[in-house]
Amino acid sequence: MNRFDLIIIGAGPAGLSAAISAAKNGLSVIVFDENSKPGGQLFKQIHKFFGSKEHKAKIRGFRIGEELLKEAEDLKVTVVLNAIVTGLYQDKEITVKIGEEICHYKGDAVIVATGATENMVPFEGWTLPGVIGAGASQTMMNLHHIKPGNRVLMLGTGNVGLVVSFQLLQAGCQVAALVDAAPKIGGYGVHAAKVARCGVPFYLSHTILKAEGEDRVRGVVIGEVDSSFQLIPGTEKHFSVDTICLAVGLSPMSQLLHMAGCKMQDTPLGYVPVIDENGETSIPGIYAAGDVSGIEEASSAMIEGRIAGTKAAQYLGFLTEERAKETTAELELALDRLRKGMFAPENRGKKIALTDEGIPVSESLLTNGYLDETDLDRFPGIAKGKGIHPVMECTQNIPCNPCQEACPRKCIKIGDTITSLPVIDKENICSGCGMCVASCSGQAIFLLNEDYEPGYASVTLPYEFLPIPLKGDTGSALDRSGKEVCQAEIIEVKTLKAFDHTTLLTMKIPLDMAMKARFYKSRGDSHE
Amino acid sequence: MNKRNDRFADIGPLMPQPDDDMIICRCEEVTKGEIRKAVHDGMFTLTEIRRYLRTGMGLCQGQTCSKLVKSIVAKELGLTPGDIEPAVSRAPMRPVEMKILGNDRKEV
Amino acid sequence: MRIEEHPILGKPEERKVISFIYDGTPLSGYEGEPIAMALEAAGIMIHRYTRKYHKPRGVFCAIGRCTDCVMVVDGIPNVRTCITPLKEGMVVQTQYGVSAQEEST
Repeated sequence: MNRFDLIIIGAGPAGLSAAISAAKNGLSVIVFDENSKPGGQLFKQIHKFFGSKEHKAKIRGFRIGEELLKEAEDLKVTVVLNAIVTGLYQDKEITVKIGEEICHYKGDAVIVATGATENMVPFEGWTLPGVIGAGASQTMMNLHHIKPGNRVLMLGTGNVGLVVSFQLLQAGCQVAALVDAAPKIGGYGVHAAKVARCGVPFYLSHTILKAEGEDRVRGVVIGEVDSSFQLIPGTEKHFSVDTICLAVGLSPMSQLLHMAGCKMQDTPLGYVPVIDENGETSIPGIYAAGDVSGIEEASSAMIEGRIAGTKAAQYLGFLTEERAKETTAELELALDRLRKGMFAPENRGKKIALTDEGIPVSESLLTNGYLDETDLDRFPGIAKGKGIHPVMECTQNIPCNPCQEACPRKCIKIGDTITSLPVIDKENICSGCGMCVASCSGQAIFLLNEDYEPGYASVTLPYEFLPIPLKGDTGSALDRSGKEVCQAEIIEVKTLKAFDHTTLLTMKIPLDMAMKARFYKSRGDSHE
Repeated sequence: MNKRNDRFADIGPLMPQPDDDMIICRCEEVTKGEIRKAVHDGMFTLTEIRRYLRTGMGLCQGQTCSKLVKSIVAKELGLTPGDIEPAVSRAPMRPVEMKILGNDRKEV
Repeated sequence: MRIEEHPILGKPEERKVISFIYDGTPLSGYEGEPIAMALEAAGIMIHRYTRKYHKPRGVFCAIGRCTDCVMVVDGIPNVRTCITPLKEGMVVQTQYGVSAQEEST
């Protein structure tokens, strides 16, 4: 029998973070993961993360994965890959398939960090090749450099559906439409807005009726549903697509905990183990961290992992109760800061009409994916000004504050509550450096100069597509819905290492388009 | 155990639905209609349905369909999915060949 | 459909091109990439036909969970091609039910 102080199942963000904090406290740790590479889903996340500095905000997911791996390696944590944990038993014994053998391991404590599995939804033709999970398309594009299809329809407008749609566009695929049976977009408005401004239409209160094709997907029919999710006859719409992507939520992969005999419960966050105030499951010494204990973001999974690692260290006597409390209290605070605002776990599924500041939320953002022009005035980040200044189209209370840190002139204020909307501090004068534009994980900040030239304004926007336009290029400016509104000339192209692959394009447009134009399309390329 | 497991409960007659021939368990190719019929045959728990129809007993071990089956059964019984006890979780969690399952590593 | 260059990830690192056999036809792919990815790049989407209804299936989850992408690889059926690395000379066959032989129905 192989014995370890601590066995961790899953080498994703939660598992690795748990391993790091446990190893720091002197525990002998072994981590098992069924995949051939560690990092869980982090290496497929190519967008910049939300949160604040303590949550590794504005760093792209795969780089966070690299950092975690290095930290674990430096601490000499053993990560066994291609190792399938086939069983977990209440005496903290596990069976693992490694190669052609079944191996037995015994831990004095176990942390289960197995993550989540994608939910799927059946419809006519859903078994056809070409109907895939959103995670599958991320795996294909971002790990294996393969386009999942040429023209894709996405079902689901939660953050996964929105983020993956954007990634499909980045990979050079067309996205025909985003569809959701719910009447409003489930994910962050800023994620929806960056897809919408590429011209991708949103169909809320719509569902897939059938995937067409004999041998593979050739098309899809969607239809509108009423408030009880019944089809409204005559609302069918057809799209020619070769791929249908499903992003209809995640479920905790909690079977091992169930098998071990941990007390389980059905919650809005999934079928999860009951956790007591010490962070333990009903079996002393067995802990759960990350999505397996309730679906959230990778940022929260990393903190949960560190808490579980600390608790395990205390449970085994490597840490005094006092020291453990100190560490976990700080981590709990970091977790709380992420769990505030409209998208807080307790608000899941609720309709939020007002921001924390008491401002009515944009209905257009929730149904079309973009802000309506009549919405703009009421948000504190959107204001006209003299000379160059940021316009922050950030209108929901999401946990994120890199823009505040990024501005060297302190023009942007969010304050201590990181879910507050950004406010422009008019005392301080914007230098037009663009750091805020590149730092915004939601790509919601633009620099505007209404005094660029008589009759013309300039708009600086974040751009993460290829080919990168050149200075002097002319093309079209698109509005928030992706509609061409005027001619645009590229007057500056800025790529800095600090921007981390976000290029800042500055385009010259007629002055009356300053509050409309938010994207640039070269002649000849089409995203939609 | 399900919140409702009363074998005498009247769940009404089995009415055909237009999507009854839709595959739910992709591995074992079990349709929605078969699952609904199983409920009307008296299989009220997921564990019973799993043995009766083999839903979730194929290669993937219910990764995709367990949640779908649960909601179909719940609807048929007039319950919410939360009222239905999930099927038992057992080793092995992934498809493992019998020859490997029987091949315990010797002590090192 | 391979992505030659990506705005965030850049160009894929140099990989060794190898050849394998798909249903009797020689194809090429990168060593170590999942078999399913080499097939996808070659435009092949049907991995198997199901046992009961003989319906086509392909990649669905791409991370080894759903088992829809299984094929007969080097004579062994039920190999999850989305997580099995491609090797020089591999023989990959469409799976019918649980074998490489089309059943007469």
